[in-house]
Amino acid sequence: MIPQKFEYTAPKTLDEALLLLAAGAKPLAGGMSLIPMMKLRLAAPEHLVDLGKLKDLNYIRETDGTLHIGATTTHAEIESSPILRKKCPLLAETAAAIGDVQVRNMGTIGGSVAHADPAADYPAALQALEAKLALKGAKSDRIVAAADFFVDAFTTALQPNEIIREVIVPVEAAGTGTSYQKMFHPASGFAIVGIAARVRKKAGNIALVRIGVTGLSNRPYRAATAEKALEGKLGSATEIQNAAALVAKGVDANSDLHASAEYRRHLAVVHAARALMTALARTA
Amino acid sequence: MATTMTQTETFVGKRVRRREDPRLITGTATYVEDIQMPGMHYAVIVRSPHAAARIRSIKTKQAEAAPGVVAVYTGKDTERVGPVPCGASLPGLRVPHHHVLATDRVYFVGHPVAVVVATDRYLARDAADLVEVDYDVLPAVADPEKALAKGAPAVHPEWPDNTAFTFHQEGGDVDKAFAEADLVVKQRMTSQRLIPMALETRGVVAEWRGADRQLNLYTSTQIPHLVRTLVAQMLSLEENRMRVVTPEVGGGFGSKLNVYAEEALMGFVAMKINKPVKWIESRRENFLCTIHGRGHVDYYEVAAKRDGTILGIKLKIIQDLGAYHQLLTPAIPTLSVLMMPGLYKTKNVRADIVGVFTNCMPTDAYRGAGRPEATHGIERMVDLLADELKMDPAEIRLKNFVGKDEFPYATATGLMYDSGDYAAPLKKALEIVGYQKLRQEQIEARKQGKWMGIGISTYGEICAIGPSPATPAGGWESATVKIEPSGKVTVMTGACPHGQGEETTFAQITADELGVGLDDVLVIRGDTAIVQYGIGTFGSRATAIGGTALYFALQDLKAKIKKFGAMLLESEDVTFSAGQVTCNRTGKSKSLQEIAGASYRALKLPPETEPGLLATRFWEPPNFTFPFGAHIVVSDIDGETGQIKIRRYVAVDDCGNMINPLLVDGQVHGGVAQGLGQALWEQVVYDDNGQLVTGELMDYAVPRAHMMPWIENDHTTTPSPVNPLGVKGVGEAGTIGCSPAVVNSVVDALSPLGVRHIDMPLTPEKIWKLIAGGN
Ligand SMILES: Cc1cc2nc3c(=O)[nH]c(=O)nc-3n(C[C@H](O)[C@H](O)[C@H](O)COP(=O)(O)OP(=O)(O)OC[C@H]3O[C@@H](n4cnc5c(N)ncnc54)[C@H](O)[C@@H]3O)c2cc1C
Repeated sequence: MIPQKFEYTAPKTLDEALLLLAAGAKPLAGGMSLIPMMKLRLAAPEHLVDLGKLKDLNYIRETDGTLHIGATTTHAEIESSPILRKKCPLLAETAAAIGDVQVRNMGTIGGSVAHADPAADYPAALQALEAKLALKGAKSDRIVAAADFFVDAFTTALQPNEIIREVIVPVEAAGTGTSYQKMFHPASGFAIVGIAARVRKKAGNIALVRIGVTGLSNRPYRAATAEKALEGKLGSATEIQNAAALVAKGVDANSDLHASAEYRRHLAVVHAARALMTALARTA
Repeated sequence: MATTMTQTETFVGKRVRRREDPRLITGTATYVEDIQMPGMHYAVIVRSPHAAARIRSIKTKQAEAAPGVVAVYTGKDTERVGPVPCGASLPGLRVPHHHVLATDRVYFVGHPVAVVVATDRYLARDAADLVEVDYDVLPAVADPEKALAKGAPAVHPEWPDNTAFTFHQEGGDVDKAFAEADLVVKQRMTSQRLIPMALETRGVVAEWRGADRQLNLYTSTQIPHLVRTLVAQMLSLEENRMRVVTPEVGGGFGSKLNVYAEEALMGFVAMKINKPVKWIESRRENFLCTIHGRGHVDYYEVAAKRDGTILGIKLKIIQDLGAYHQLLTPAIPTLSVLMMPGLYKTKNVRADIVGVFTNCMPTDAYRGAGRPEATHGIERMVDLLADELKMDPAEIRLKNFVGKDEFPYATATGLMYDSGDYAAPLKKALEIVGYQKLRQEQIEARKQGKWMGIGISTYGEICAIGPSPATPAGGWESATVKIEPSGKVTVMTGACPHGQGEETTFAQITADELGVGLDDVLVIRGDTAIVQYGIGTFGSRATAIGGTALYFALQDLKAKIKKFGAMLLESEDVTFSAGQVTCNRTGKSKSLQEIAGASYRALKLPPETEPGLLATRFWEPPNFTFPFGAHIVVSDIDGETGQIKIRRYVAVDDCGNMINPLLVDGQVHGGVAQGLGQALWEQVVYDDNGQLVTGELMDYAVPRAHMMPWIENDHTTTPSPVNPLGVKGVGEAGTIGCSPAVVNSVVDALSPLGVRHIDMPLTPEKIWKLIAGGN
C-alpha cells in the first residue's frame, strides 16, 4: 500500500495521546478500516496516534454490575473472553461473527464503533444491550448512550479530539437469552443485515425484549415496535413471526450490488425471527 | 565418492509432496517485488478515470518538479514503442492499434496515460496525482449486447458497429438435424466477466545495461520466452540482447499468459533513465488493468429425438472483448466452439461468434479459457433437454456419450478426441454420491417443502495446447537435461511452470528414467538466459508436452549413458536400470556417477560419441489431449434467504496417467474453487458509464477457505495415446467441470417452481426472488 505521507506516534499514556489528538492527530487502533482507506487515498491523515500500544485502554472488567471494555480490546479478545462469554454472551457472539481471523486479531471495538460503518456488527448488539460509550477528550469526559451515538453512516456523536475510552454493557440477568444472526456479505464478511436479540422470561412470559438492527440502513437502531409486539407474550412461533415482521417497518433500507432494499428488508425479518427464536431457546 | 545415487525406488504415480512448497510456505521465495538493485527507481502509472474520453492535454510540469521525480513520460514519448501485440488471427479481424500509453484518446477505465518515475515509490505515487490530464469525456458502452445495438457509442470511432470480427463454423447438416428433430430446446445464458485474481499482482523490474546493450526484464509471467520475443520487437531491440527472468509467480490462471503494455513500458523507461526501474501493480490496478476472463452471452439451441438422442446444436456467442485485443483475446471464444459438442456424439453443429468491442478491460484466457463456457452451455442444455423429456440427467448423458470403442473420435468441430471412456467417471461419481438414494431423499425433502438439488456435469476439455498449426506461436515444448560431472541432474524446462508443481513431477519422471533420487534432480525454469527457448505453461500443457520433451531428452541421455557404460565395462551386452549400467554377462556395473565423471573427463570416448551428458529436445505433439470427468453437486437451499449450501461435491476426473495424484487432486481443488467462484459469487460489474463497480476485494467476492465445501476426489485412468507418458492435463479440469454441476443442482432444486435456468452467479437474492415469486 502506498498512502500519502503521515507522521506516526505511539504514545505511552492516554494523556499524551489526547494532547496529540487535540493538536489534530487522528487515532489509529487496529487499522482494519483506516488503513484500507489510506491505501485508496480516501483518507489522508497527516498524523496518526497509535492507541494500540496504550495499556490503559485494553481491558475487560466488571464493576458494580456492569462490564467495561477498553476501546482497544480486539474482536478476538472479546470473542474469547471468559467473563463476556458468561456475563454478556451477545457481545462475544457478535465479535466472533466479524470478518475473518486476521481482522478479529487486529480490529478493536473502539475502532469499529468510532468508524460507524453501517454494515458493522457490534452496533446491533450495542443497541440491544442498551450499551453506553465513555468518551474522553483532553478536557472532557462523558458518557453517551449507544442509541444516541450513531448519527448516520460513518458519522457519530464523537467530537473532534475525543476518543472512545470504553464500552459499557450490562451483566446479563438470569433468565436472559441472546442471539446474533447475520447474513454475511460474500466479499467483505460484513453484515448485509445483522440482528441482535435479547429476551428475558419471567414466570413463563416475555418480560424484556431488545432487538438491535444493523446493515439495513445507514444507522443501527432498536426495533421498538417489534419489541413492544412481543412483550408480555409467551413467545409462540406465530408471535415471533408477527413481531419480526415489524423490524424493518418504515426504515429507509440500503441497496447495493449484493442486496436490494427489498431483499435487505426481507432478510431483516427472517434474521429477526431466527435471532428471537434462538434467544428465547437460550432463556432456559 | 561416499554417496551413491543408485536408486531402486520409483516415484511416478506416487503422492510425492511438492518440492517447491518449503520456500513458498516459509516466505523465502523471491517474487518480482523482492528484487532489489542498487539505484532502483520506481514507476507509477497515471490511468484514465474515464471509460471513453478524448485527451485534450496532459500537463506534466508539476509532477516533474515534485521531489524525487526523474521523469514523466506520456503517449507522445512512447509513440515509437511498438503496439501491445495481439497473437490471434482470424479472418477479417479488426485490430486497433494498442499503444503502451494512450495518445489522443482513452478507451477504458484504467487505460495508461502517463508514467511517473521517481527515486522512491511513495514520491512517485504522490507525483502521479500532480499529472494533470484534461479529458473531454465521451459516451461509453460497457455491455456487449448494448454495444451491438443501433446508435450505441462507438468504442473505436473507425468501427461504429463495435464488431471486431464474426466467425462461423459448421459441421454436418444442421438444418436437416433440426428439421428431423422431435423437439428443440433453446436458452440464452451468460458466462459473466471474472477477475483471474492471482494473489501476486503483476510486476516488472527492468534493468538496462547500456554499455552491453542488454535489457534484463524481470516479470511475473507464464511465458518468458514469448515475452522476450515480443517485447524486444516492441522496443526495437535485438532479441538476444534481452533477457527475461520470471522469478516466483504468485498465480497466473491465464492472466499472465500475455504481453502487457507495462512490460514494454518499463523496458522503455529503463533504457531512457539508464537505471533499474520497478513497477508493482496495485490490487486496484489488477482489477482494472489485468485481463478479465469469460464475458459471454450465449444463445443455444439443441435439437433432439424423443428418446433423448441429441441431433444437433446451434450456438451464437456474443463475446465481450473489451477495448483492445490482448495476446489471445479474439481466439478464446473459438475454443468454446471447438468444445461445443462436449462428450456427445452429435455430428451437426453450427456456431457463430460476434466479437464485440466495449469500453472495458480486454478479456482473455482465464483458467479454462473458452472451455468452461462451452461446458457450461452444453451441460446446461442437456439438463434442459432431460427436463423437457422427463428423463434422468444421468441417463440422457449415458445415452449420448461417444462410446468407449469409438476412439479416436472425429468431432463435428474438427477435433480428434484421443481416448476416453466417458461413462466410467459418471458411473463412479453416481456410485460415490449415492445417486439413487439421493433421488429418494429428494422426493421426501420436497414433500417437506425443502429445496434440495442434485446436479451433474460431465465435461471434456482440450488440453496439451497444442499442435503448432493450432496455435499462434508454436505449440511444442522444450527440455534440456544435463547430467553434471558429479552425476547430479539438472533439468531445464521451456514450459515455465509457476506453481503447478512440475519442479516435483518433472523430478519424478527424471528420477525414474535415470534411476536416481528426487533430490539428485533440480528443475530450472523461467530464465531466458539459462533455459532454451520454450513456449510456456497454459492450456494444461506443461506435463503433456513439456514432460514429453523431457522424456525424450532422457531417452537420448540413457542411450549415451549406455554407450559410456559399455565402453567402461568393455562389453556390448549391457543394460541400464536403477542408475547403473550392468554387464549382462559378468554382472559388473558402473554407476551413473562414474559414467558421468568419465564422460566429462573424456580420457576415452565410445565410437562417434562426444564428451559430456546433455540432451535437448523440442517436442511437437501430434494432437491435443482430451481429459474428461464427472462432477456431482448436492445442494441445499435455505428457502427463506436463498443461501445455497453445498452438501456434497464429488469430482471424478480422468486426466490419463497421473504422475503425482496428490498434485492432481490439488489442481482439481484449486480449479473447483475458481469454478465455484464463478457459479456462486464472482462477477465483474461495470456500470453504464464503464466504471468498474467491483474494483476491490471488499466488493468482488472470491471464495475464501471457509466458503469451500469438502471435495471428494476420485479418478478413472484412460491413458492418452498422444504421448509416451500417457498423460493428458488437469490444470483447468476443476474449473471446467464445476460451474455447470453447481447450477444444475440449484436449478434441479428449484425445478418444482418451473425454474429452467439461472444465470451465474447464483446470488442468494436471485434465488430468493425465484422462490418468493414462485410460491
Ligand atoms: C477484510 C475485512 C473484513 C471485515 N469484516 C467486518 C465484519 O464482518 N464486521 C464488522 O463489524 N467489521 C468488519 N471489518 C472492520 C473491522 O471490524 C475493523 O476492525 C473495525 O471496523 C475498525 O476497528 P479498528 O480497530 O481496526 O480501527 P481503525 O481502522 O484503526 O480505525 C477506524 C476509525 O476509528 C477511529 N478510531 C479508532 N479507535 C478509536 C477510538 N478509540 N476512539 C475514537 N476513534 C477511534 C480511527 O481514527 C478511524 O477513523 C472488516 C475489516 C476488514 C479489513
